[in-house]
Amino acid sequence: MNLVMAFVLVPLAGMLLIPFLKANGKGFLSFALLLLNALISGYLAVQSLVGETLSFTLPGSLITGQIPIRIDALSGWFILVINLVFVTGGFYALFYMKAYREQRNNLSLHSISFLLQHAAMISLCVIQNSFAFLIAWEIMALSSFMVIIFEHEHIATIKAGINYLIQAHFSILFLMIGFIWVASKTGSYDFQAITSYTASISSSASLMLFILFFIGFAIKAGFVPFHTWLPYAHPAAPSHVSGIMSGVIIKIGIFGILRMLLVVKTDLTTVGYLVLIISLVSGLYGVMLAIIQHNLKKLLAYHSIENIGIIGIGIGIGCIGLGTGNQVLATLGFAGALLHTLNHSLFKSLLFYAAGNVYQAAHTMDIEKLGGLVKRMPQTAVLFLIAAIAISGIPPFNGFVSEFILYTGLYNWLSDATLVSLLAAIFSTAGLALIGGLAMLCFTKAFGVVFLGTERCALPDSCKEVPFLQLLPMYLLAAIIMLIGLFPMAFIKLLSQPVSLYTGTIASPLNAFPIHAFSALQPISWAAWLLILLVIGIFTIRRFALRHKNTVTCPTWGCGYIAPTSKIQYTAGSFVRTYSKLFAPFLLIGKHEEEIQGIFPTEATYHTHPYDKVEKWLIDSPLKINKSFMGRFVFLHNGKLQFYILYGVLFITAVLSIPFIYGNILSFIDFIKHL
Amino acid sequence: MIVIAAIFFTGIILRTKSLASGRKGPGILQPVRDVVRLFRKGVVYSETTSFVFQIAPTIYFASVIMAMLVVPFGQSRGVLSFNGDFIFFAYVLALGKFFSIIAAMDTGSSFEGMGASREALYSMFAEPAFFILMGSLALLSGHTSFQEIFASLHIGSQISYALAALATFVLLMIAMIESSRMPLDDPKTHLELTMIHEVMILDNSGFDLGLIFTAGYIKFAIYGALIVNLFIGIIPIQYAIPSFFTIQFLMAVAIGLIESFMARFRMSHNPQFIVALTSVSLLIFFGVLLILQKFM
Repeated sequence: MNLVMAFVLVPLAGMLLIPFLKANGKGFLSFALLLLNALISGYLAVQSLVGETLSFTLPGSLITGQIPIRIDALSGWFILVINLVFVTGGFYALFYMKAYREQRNNLSLHSISFLLQHAAMISLCVIQNSFAFLIAWEIMALSSFMVIIFEHEHIATIKAGINYLIQAHFSILFLMIGFIWVASKTGSYDFQAITSYTASISSSASLMLFILFFIGFAIKAGFVPFHTWLPYAHPAAPSHVSGIMSGVIIKIGIFGILRMLLVVKTDLTTVGYLVLIISLVSGLYGVMLAIIQHNLKKLLAYHSIENIGIIGIGIGIGCIGLGTGNQVLATLGFAGALLHTLNHSLFKSLLFYAAGNVYQAAHTMDIEKLGGLVKRMPQTAVLFLIAAIAISGIPPFNGFVSEFILYTGLYNWLSDATLVSLLAAIFSTAGLALIGGLAMLCFTKAFGVVFLGTERCALPDSCKEVPFLQLLPMYLLAAIIMLIGLFPMAFIKLLSQPVSLYTGTIASPLNAFPIHAFSALQPISWAAWLLILLVIGIFTIRRFALRHKNTVTCPTWGCGYIAPTSKIQYTAGSFVRTYSKLFAPFLLIGKHEEEIQGIFPTEATYHTHPYDKVEKWLIDSPLKINKSFMGRFVFLHNGKLQFYILYGVLFITAVLSIPFIYGNILSFIDFIKHL
Repeated sequence: MIVIAAIFFTGIILRTKSLASGRKGPGILQPVRDVVRLFRKGVVYSETTSFVFQIAPTIYFASVIMAMLVVPFGQSRGVLSFNGDFIFFAYVLALGKFFSIIAAMDTGSSFEGMGASREALYSMFAEPAFFILMGSLALLSGHTSFQEIFASLHIGSQISYALAALATFVLLMIAMIESSRMPLDDPKTHLELTMIHEVMILDNSGFDLGLIFTAGYIKFAIYGALIVNLFIGIIPIQYAIPSFFTIQFLMAVAIGLIESFMARFRMSHNPQFIVALTSVSLLIFFGVLLILQKFM
């Protein structure tokens, strides 16, 4: 209880102190407070992960009623993930934000919002009162908005921020409808009321309720077609914030969906198929659009949508497993989803921090202008490479482990009997395989174009490796990525409590799984070790063999051409050209080209602007229709004060006269009836 | 076993091709001699390259060796065998591909970029076909590891013969894609613009090139071994070994003949061809459903 109070007081102390410090002090104090809060919540979370559900009750207010705080294993898992990403992100930010030391007020606002964001997200994981939950949700949405628009002097940043703010409130709208629905029927804001209420109503009504919650949380998580805020907000924010947004903020959406699965009693098979289909679409669509992006951060943002899709596939097959009583399938699905949540927050934040280093050094995110950075920033390049391999789901890193669990789940599902489930399983498998292949295409492009080859444009001389301390959190993340790849069993054991919340098997802590579900993980860790040893072994032999041989360095083979320029290199656009032609029906790429004409060639140009088809149909078209309709009333908005006063008077008169007219209408109807 | 097969495999292909075109051709062991010669040579690095270029051939080779370790042989298991080992098989090969692609990008050459782009695209299309095929076999046999799947495949009815033929076709074609043979890629072409795999390794030399060649031979033999396993799953070991080599030999001859009498596809037709593979493997899946009588 005292710890909970301390947790609430820490950000308050930050709010009071941070504005009065110098730029460095602000950073250190906010990081220290963040660390303190992370330790407090982490301590509680670890207790819950070993199987002890903690619960407290805050008195709350007259409106909210008592606010129960329950830290179960699911909250514990997410709290740990959030803390990990926030602490590394905060440490990274200490160095990343040095360039903005002059903007003191802006920094205060940023640090305070950062602290609040962390506190709000942790609270979301534990609060089980819908009213307080919505308040925490709103604090999170607003503080995220504040941290996104740090560079608010750019118009694009403000636009992205407002786009985020509006869509975040759409998400709140759906959640609010859902919560009010339950509260109006039961009169209680406690989550337990939702459970008892949904158990008592018909299954279609509870499915409706779940879909409301699902849409609300899916907007936050960035499932297609609710993803359109995401590719704008991530590139606009400072890099540590992008890392955190992609690493954990969208995961709060996943947390919400998982929580609602526990709270809302509904037909899990239907829900499972629904989530599975949306996730497959998200996964494929996200990576398909990621490939054609030329802005490094935007590429990573679309990749987050893909990974949310992969997590969703896990949740989907988990639900179907529960719905059809297949324990192994449920275990594999939820374990895969939860592990991928951790994995994605690790490698995605690492990728964003690496992108931040690139931005800091080269001052651009346009990958067509970068190139050859591996020579200037070797450490960043290696870290990016590790994360890129991990995110493509390739062994021996962590991405493979979670995708392997999902594949095992899907193949396990194949032994089920009905035709529909067989078809769903085989298509999900093919989809997951295709996602993996596309992710590889995407990240060979990103890594190859940004870090390899030669420089495509002249980079500033200041473009060099960032200080070691800034790389330190990134090394930490990379180490955890490798650890999960090499010792998957240890992390799977941590997951036994959260997963058993769903499967309902009550066993001794840290060992609640069906026996055969994870039997393959031990050989995988051996295989990963063997692979690494093999690489080291062959590399040593190679070194040994080449010891006395002469090693020569010459220019790249240019087919006999001896004066190559860096313009000859394959660009990002040309690397994916065949792909974008093949997938043209799904993509929307604007082109501007001036071809070479005449005997004496003039300058030729070629620009492409990738755009999002879903955004065009779902956001832009309705907005356009809305605008053209509202445009008819624009004459009312003429800027003359006396007219506005007249509108006010008319409105008040109209409101006041309704009862009279209503009575008249009623009597008129009566009169007609009498006739 | 696979290594032995690998030694002869490419030689046999070459010999078949030259015999078919009326030449005498090099000896069967010529590829091995080439590789040994390469291993003895020094290396030339491009000045644009970085550490990625130096480590990539090693990782490519190691990934192929790892993939080889999970492939079973008839009744006996692979060195590593576990549930879902074919997922590991596909993904560990992807690791090698990832590195060979970025190594090609590392040279900053437009040719190698082109090859890298094609390799990434084609291997992406080939993956769903492999996973659907293995899924259908897993469904048919009720197991999820290479060894158990192959050991419990009973080829009995007429439909299952058709399935085995289709599966052989899909595996053979995936092998062609993965090792960049005709009709998708022509390893012997002289023009960089029309290559896929060969163009990616233009700048590799000496020991590294030797590693890449060896890995390529082994990879081909691995897929050969998979196809063999489709048929010899239930045969006892003393008959299995000769049949292993016979089938590998037949396959190599077949590939040699295909390459002699077929022209390479146009680059733009390749994706269609590979997507067609996915539909063939879906056909296998439906065939399996038919056998198991899952259509109500």
